[in-house]
Amino acid sequence: MAEFNKNPDREWIKQRLIGASVCVLFVFAVLFFRLIYLQIIKGKEYRVLSEKNAVRLKSIKASRGLVFDRNKRLMVDNRPSFNLKIVREDAGDVKKTVKKVAELTQVPFQELMDSIARAGKGAFYKSVTLKNDISREQLAIVEAHKFDLPGVHVDIEPTRHYVYIKTATHILGYIGQINSKELQSGKYPNVKSGDLIGRYGIEKSFEKYLQGKRGGRQIEVDANGRTIKILRTIEPVAGFDLNLTLDLDLQKTAQKLLENKNGAVVAIDPDNGDVLLMASSPSFDQNDFIGGISSKKWKILMSDPGKPMINKVIQAEYPPASTYKIITSFAALEEQHIDVNTTSYCPGFFKYGNRAYRCWNKRGHGELSVIDALAQSCDVFYYQAGIKTGVDALAQYARGSGLGKKTGIMLENEKKGLIPTSAWKKKRYNESWQGGETLSVAIGQSYNLVTPLQMAVLIAAVGNGGTLYKPRIVKTIEDSHGKIVKKIEPEITGGLPASEETLNIVRNGLLKVVQGPRGTARRIRLKNIEIAGKTGTAQVFSIKKGETIKTEDLKYSLRDHAWFVCYAPAQNPVIAISVMIEHGEHGSSTAAPIAEALIEQYIQDPLTKEKLKE
Amino acid sequence: MFDRRLIENFDWGFIVLILLIGSMGLAILYSALTAGQDAGVVHILFKKQMIWMGAGFTVMMIILLIDFRDLDRLNLFIYALCIGLLISVILFGQIGGGSRRWLVLGFVRIQPSEMMKIALIISLSSVYSTSVSQTGLNFRKLIKPVILCTIPFVLIVNQPDLGTGLLLLLIAGSITLFVKVERRVFFTLSGICFAAVPLVWLALKNYQKLRILTFLNPDRDPLGAGYHIIQSKIAIGSGMLTGKGFLKGTQSALSFLPEQHTDFIASVLAEEWGLVGCSILLILYFFLLLWGLNIAYNCRNMFGSILAFGVTTMIFWQIFINIGMVMGLMPVVGVPLPLVSYGGSSVITNMVGFGILLNISMRKFSSK
Repeated sequence: MAEFNKNPDREWIKQRLIGASVCVLFVFAVLFFRLIYLQIIKGKEYRVLSEKNAVRLKSIKASRGLVFDRNKRLMVDNRPSFNLKIVREDAGDVKKTVKKVAELTQVPFQELMDSIARAGKGAFYKSVTLKNDISREQLAIVEAHKFDLPGVHVDIEPTRHYVYIKTATHILGYIGQINSKELQSGKYPNVKSGDLIGRYGIEKSFEKYLQGKRGGRQIEVDANGRTIKILRTIEPVAGFDLNLTLDLDLQKTAQKLLENKNGAVVAIDPDNGDVLLMASSPSFDQNDFIGGISSKKWKILMSDPGKPMINKVIQAEYPPASTYKIITSFAALEEQHIDVNTTSYCPGFFKYGNRAYRCWNKRGHGELSVIDALAQSCDVFYYQAGIKTGVDALAQYARGSGLGKKTGIMLENEKKGLIPTSAWKKKRYNESWQGGETLSVAIGQSYNLVTPLQMAVLIAAVGNGGTLYKPRIVKTIEDSHGKIVKKIEPEITGGLPASEETLNIVRNGLLKVVQGPRGTARRIRLKNIEIAGKTGTAQVFSIKKGETIKTEDLKYSLRDHAWFVCYAPAQNPVIAISVMIEHGEHGSSTAAPIAEALIEQYIQDPLTKEKLKE
Repeated sequence: MFDRRLIENFDWGFIVLILLIGSMGLAILYSALTAGQDAGVVHILFKKQMIWMGAGFTVMMIILLIDFRDLDRLNLFIYALCIGLLISVILFGQIGGGSRRWLVLGFVRIQPSEMMKIALIISLSSVYSTSVSQTGLNFRKLIKPVILCTIPFVLIVNQPDLGTGLLLLLIAGSITLFVKVERRVFFTLSGICFAAVPLVWLALKNYQKLRILTFLNPDRDPLGAGYHIIQSKIAIGSGMLTGKGFLKGTQSALSFLPEQHTDFIASVLAEEWGLVGCSILLILYFFLLLWGLNIAYNCRNMFGSILAFGVTTMIFWQIFINIGMVMGLMPVVGVPLPLVSYGGSSVITNMVGFGILLNISMRKFSSK
């Protein structure tokens, strides 16, 4: 340090600093001359350009990716739409011009003004949408009066078109205009105000693939905003196409069968988890959402007691009822509380504590083993098996079978259901578990809740020998030239907590549900194919202790839900189905025939026939 | 602690310079805000900026209380503290605009990468003040500075904030060249830099590559950065000699310019105040920088000299990059214009820098 303070060092540092000052001077000189060049030499030119505001940016929308079913049948398409727009800077008196537009097109003046207001203050030179998707008549009249409407123009842009109305609505979803909150979230970096984004279904969950990349144009305009010259163009890139696992025919049939009912049907290929159909009823028309749904239509949808906006396959939770006996069988067999030969006597009720718990069959099933108990859905047998196993062990097997957690399907807002344990009840209600509640749990009532999709995955796993698959809806994603961008492989999420022996016992029981002489679903037997399944009747109305009420006396909204889960053919299944009909009363009479019709159709499909031959 | 000599030596000229630029900045900011936002928002943002300026001024005054030589002693602590903050950004940072840059402490958001600039300048000054020699630094003496630069650079680039990361390297590089390196070191390092270009290119994100390509050829991105540069040039050029007048800019009023109250604020100045206004601001900046270099010269302490040079360099690069960018001489990078652009972090960092310069200036005669 001391050395540094000697004069030569100060002289040296002075030299360095003078060097630095020269650098600064040089840079500032460059900046200054650049200013002179821009403001003095080219100043006039730029002044003229700025006065005309002549260079505009016009974006070109990319067309969204298409959606196909598994046989490459087009389900979601794009069609041209005529969108009426205005550039306020060119419109002169905006209000006057808009009034004229309103008169010509018969669109309420206020609606058009609201549409402009949404664009905000800072975009006078930008195109603002007045009305999307105008009719050809409106287009003709606007074009005819073009010169009375300064700043107004019509853009032809691609718009979504759902080819089959009300078909696969809940999977395909719909699109809508992005709102300011979403714009600010930073989740949609390439989306601008006024753009359409996926709002529901795969339109939403596959947004980033479907979206495509917008292009644009730099144009020079005249005083009325009309294009004089296109300066540069960047072509838009179309979004990627999705190939679904759905079978359009099966989907349509399922929807027809669900007509006038509230409920859900889902079918899965047991070999890979492919979702072959997914129907939820009632449904809605996606095309209503494209230009922005009217508040009247929205109100009707929201007030419908059938909840058309809910995808009941993944978002509605129901008590599994007797379909849960599959789980109780797993637990009791694996924990060795019963074996294939253990029998119970069913007199029509089961005394526990000081209360008699009824079997659905008041006359009783008599002496039966687990296979027949499954086939005839004897409650008393499962009361006993359940009480031996205990609620916590039951819960463990239920979770192991994929219940109580999301299946992981690539759709938003999937519900996970509920599998109660004693610890859960303590935490939730601060009450200890009662033995009587275990009885209810063992037959799928009480707090148990599952989604139709969870039951489909479960029954598919029973059918395929124990493998749980993550349901897959999109098989491949391709670009517009047909090149595969992404392949989604089947994904195994686990295995059923059941040995081969246990599984065989349960499969035998399920087979006898349909094929056995006293099976609960014996009425849906098909000639050429064996079906294995399980019926269920879920109580909606919780009956007070010691009370029984006949379903016929109940109002519709209090009637039982009907379940049917199945796979076919029983030995080597190609399809697994889960049917839930709200307030359908009996699984055997309302739910099972739907599954039967679907199986009958599916085995006629050439693809299935080929598979069955193998 | 505060002896009389400190007040006698107080650098009034420098303060006046800062106040002049600051008030000019506020006027430009007001115009830029009015043009692009609703009245209510303008009021809020303008008030916020005033509060930041006030806070910055207070911070500057507080810095005067500390002897700058204490910064020499504390350099590693300050450096480690800032690195710690940068790491906590990775862990708890708030995401905005696609990168993770901010830490939320109560109701204030801080940007540790801004503070890192000051910390690095202090650390480098401390290292170089003992190793400097007239013959220049050799490789061995550069090991520590290189490590000091690399850690924050990697952390900041990963946020990702390439702009601030490169600014950090520019500042560090300038300081290193100022204290002089051996000739062979200079040539070897330059060689390495050129050789590294293709490697860096590969490491860049697509949008970053696009920006550089757009700078080299604005036609490449006519809808994004290219368009912004064209509009910015129209705004600047249309100002001509005397400008269109305060609050009368048409380019800015129509929101042709992106980020016109932050990165593109210089084009608002140029449009409304013309060449005359721009020249005044450039001259004020020029004096500010020379004043900073003069403080470096007058300081009798090597650490102080290098530190003053470092802070001046930091201001210099921001001015050059920002104004260069709006005039189409530099790629579009988000570097704010000191004392003019809207933004709390930038105001505070620059005020800290000015505080350090004033501090050195006040204590220039203390050699130990």
